[in-house]
Parts: sequence; C-alpha cells; structure tokens
Amino acid sequence: MFDADFFRRWMTATATSVDREAERLTALDSPIGDADHGSNLRRGFTAVTATLEKEAPDTPGGVLTLAGRQLISTVGGASGPLYGTLLRRTGKALGDASEVSAEQLAEALRAGVEAVMTLGGAAPGDKTMIDALVPAVDALGSGFAAARTAAEEGALATTPLQARKGRASYLGERSIGHQDPGATSAALLIAALAEAAGE
Amino acid sequence: MRMIINVPETVVSDALRGMAAAHPELTVDVENRVIVRRDAPVAGKVALVSGGGSGHEPLHGGFVGPGMLSAACPGEVFTSPVPDQMVRAAAAVDSGAGVLFIVKNYTGDVLNFDMAAELAEDEGIQVAKVLVNDDVAVTDSLYTAGRRGTGATLFVEKIAGAAADEGQPLERVAAIARQVNESSRSFGVALSACTTPAKGSPTFDLPDGELELGVGIHGEPGRERRSMMTSREIADFSVQAILDDMSPRNPVLVLVNGMGATPLLELYGFNAEVQRVLAERGVAVARTLVGNYVTSLDMAGASVTLCQVDEELLRLWDAPVKTAGLRWGV
Repeated sequence: MFDADFFRRWMTATATSVDREAERLTALDSPIGDADHGSNLRRGFTAVTATLEKEAPDTPGGVLTLAGRQLISTVGGASGPLYGTLLRRTGKALGDASEVSAEQLAEALRAGVEAVMTLGGAAPGDKTMIDALVPAVDALGSGFAAARTAAEEGALATTPLQARKGRASYLGERSIGHQDPGATSAALLIAALAEAAGE
Repeated sequence: MRMIINVPETVVSDALRGMAAAHPELTVDVENRVIVRRDAPVAGKVALVSGGGSGHEPLHGGFVGPGMLSAACPGEVFTSPVPDQMVRAAAAVDSGAGVLFIVKNYTGDVLNFDMAAELAEDEGIQVAKVLVNDDVAVTDSLYTAGRRGTGATLFVEKIAGAAADEGQPLERVAAIARQVNESSRSFGVALSACTTPAKGSPTFDLPDGELELGVGIHGEPGRERRSMMTSREIADFSVQAILDDMSPRNPVLVLVNGMGATPLLELYGFNAEVQRVLAERGVAVARTLVGNYVTSLDMAGASVTLCQVDEELLRLWDAPVKTAGLRWGV
C-alpha cells in the first residue's frame, strides 16, 4: 500500500531529476520547440515541492491534486495545464483514501493520462508526452521498473516520428529525427515514481 | 550572446518594473504579472484582456490603454501566462459588461485561457473568447496545432478595442474581433534565429547567406530554407503566399512588421516592395503600418499581414488609440 508520504517522495524525486536534467530538456526543445521546457518544468516542480512542504496534505489524492494545481499556477505554456491536469486528475481518481494499492494507483494514473489526451487532443504517435505515458501505464501492471523502461523506450521511439501536436508540429517533416522533449520529461516523471518505490 | 540583463530569471519582472516607471497611466502588478489601464474598470464598457509569452513587445502590454486592451498578462519568455493571471486581469477590468479574451492560437495559450475562462465565469464574470490564427505558413492544419496567431493580433486588438470603446455589447465586440481575424492573413521570414535569455544561444542555426521562409514568432524554424533573397523577392514570395489563401475584394490594412532586429530603414524599403506587389495584383490598400509591433526578441526578419476591411472596420481602425505602442487621434 502507498501513503501520502510515498506520493510526496515521488514529487520530490521528480523535482530533483527535472532540476538535474533541465539543460538536456531545454536542449531537446531547441531544434523543434522554443528552448524553455527544462526551465519551465524546473520552476513548476520547485514550486510543487515548496507547497507540499507548506500545506502537508495527508492523503495520496491530496498530494497529487495540490501538486497539479501548483503546476497549472506556475508553469504556463502547454506543459503547465497538461502536467497539471495529469497529476490533478490522477489525484482526484485516488479520492480521499489514506492509502492506495498498486492497482488503484495504476487505474488512477490511466484516468490522468486519458484526461491529458482529452485536453491536448494528442494520440499515441503524435510525438508528445503521451508516447511515454501510455506505454508506462500499460506496463504498470508488471511493476514500477517495467513502467520506467516502457516510458524511456517510448520517449526514445519519438525520434523518427513527425510531430502532429504542439509547437514542433509547425516544422512538418523537419521535426523528424529529434527526440520529443515532452516525452522525455514524462519518462523522468515515471522514473521518479519507480525511484520512490525503491525500484 | 550579450544582453542588457541582470540574470535570465528576472528578465520579465525587470521589464515590468521599467514599464511601470515609464507609464504612470498603467497599473503594473509586477508580482502577479498583470498590466491594467489605470482607469479600469470603465463603466458600461466591455473589457479586452490578452496575453501571451513575453518577448513579443510591444505586444501585448504595449497595447493596453484607451481604444485597445484593458489588460495584458505577460508570461515567461515565449511561455503562455497562467490562468491565475488572466482571472486576476479579468476581475480588475470587468465593469459588468463582460470581458473578451483575445488568444493567439498556440497550444499553451489556448489551454491556459480556456481554464481561465471557466474560473472567471465561476466568479460571475461574463467571458467571450476569440482565437487569432492568421499565419498562412502553417498549411497542414489537420496535422499540426493549427495556424499560429501573429501580426493579425494587432488588428484584432485595435479594432475590437475601438468597438468596445464605443460601448458596443460583448457579443458584438467578439463578432467584430472574429471578423477581423477571419479577414487577416500573415507570412513571416527570418534572417536570423533569436536568443532566449534562458538559453543564451540562438534557438536554431541559420548560416550566413540563407533565410527561413514561413517562420513564427518564437524562434522556431520555418517550413523552408533558401539562399538569401532581395527585398523584392521576399515581398513577391510573402504576398504570394498570402494571396494564395485569400482574394481580397475590399481594400486591405497592411502591416509590415519587424521581428525585432531589422532596422526601420529595411522595413520601409521592404514596404515599398510589398506595396508594389499589391498594386500589381490589383489589391487596394486602405492603410499601412510599418514598424516593430509583434516581435520575436532579437530575431532579424519581417512579416506581412493583410486585413480586408469594410467601411465599419476601417472606421474602427481609424478611431483614437492611446497606448505605449500604438497612438493616434488623441
């Protein structure tokens, strides 16, 4: 079973890894975007860590809902509403239980990913964060480590794709050959989940 | 890359502090990043709120004032502002007659303004939205995020602002704004990439002797790269791209817009070529505006925007406006 503390560790681990990888995310965002993905997410997850410390929500759902709201209020761009919605909807799906099972977490995360697809209109293969998140959710039944591997492979597999959503889509065929920064940061989020679980 | 900044993290708030000092007719909330005309809310009149990433100045903050925007929300450089800013702006300017959100068509701007509209309506503010998507360089809109909002944003903000200033109701102001957007098309070229303060180096690599055709306003590369062209050739190509997509029956407003690092000497020379092509193609010009209005940091280059106007839209275009970036008739 996973409690609020586990979800706080997930968010803290995400903040640490986004901070560590910010330059790489921004570098990936330069040729096919506008060179700010790393700095925007760093600003967001730094604020998430601060607000979680201050408000100390005591349920898994409370942690993720608060984290999502904070991302929406601080990140801006498309990543703010998309990552914010992912965490907020996952948190809402977890309800107000003080502990949740791995199955409940997987189910809630799937609801969160579906909300992101509805909001952003992206489907798998559009070269977006969805290309890391959908395989991760599909693999979660086999454990956190499997989800991490699936997300990382999904992010790598965006390289040959042509972008159909977001700013990279304006480039048409010239977006081919670049790994998607959104799928890359989504893989960091899933890797942090595995790290929080000690896998 | 050398810039007159302190650190990248404070670029936007430093600029807002400077703007506050230069423009006592504006209320600039540096902490919450909202620029509001000081006399807001104006009784009985619809309010206009726009916003977007910073780096496009004078858009949008420079267009706040009588006859144009009521408030603007600047985001981080090239990053949409957040819903909290837009809700705060809407609450500050709403007189009870409602608020029009003017949104450039980028995924981030659309998502954040959509969320803000819901939150503002929860607070009892009547909100209408207009999406600006005038950039003809994005051709395959089924497989992209759709056409970008660029130069036409100025036309929408000015003309809808004049309609609001006359006391027209929200649905009418929104309809006029949509008409302006639907009547507008733009095409832009870049001679250099731009440098965001956070990255510190150019967003893409453009070798000497080449230019990018069909660029947006965020330092993203265009659809096509060619060997450098003359002003005459760039005007032919840009106007052709626009006229492939619209056949003006009425006279047009022309915006020859600099991207930030192209001198007015070049822009006026380019305008001469744009006017020549339009005359050759039998397109009548009602008014022309030349200058740096919808910029992309330090990018060199220019865009052309045409907006087909009837007598009503032309009258609203000519109406007085008093903002930091656009001012006439007052």
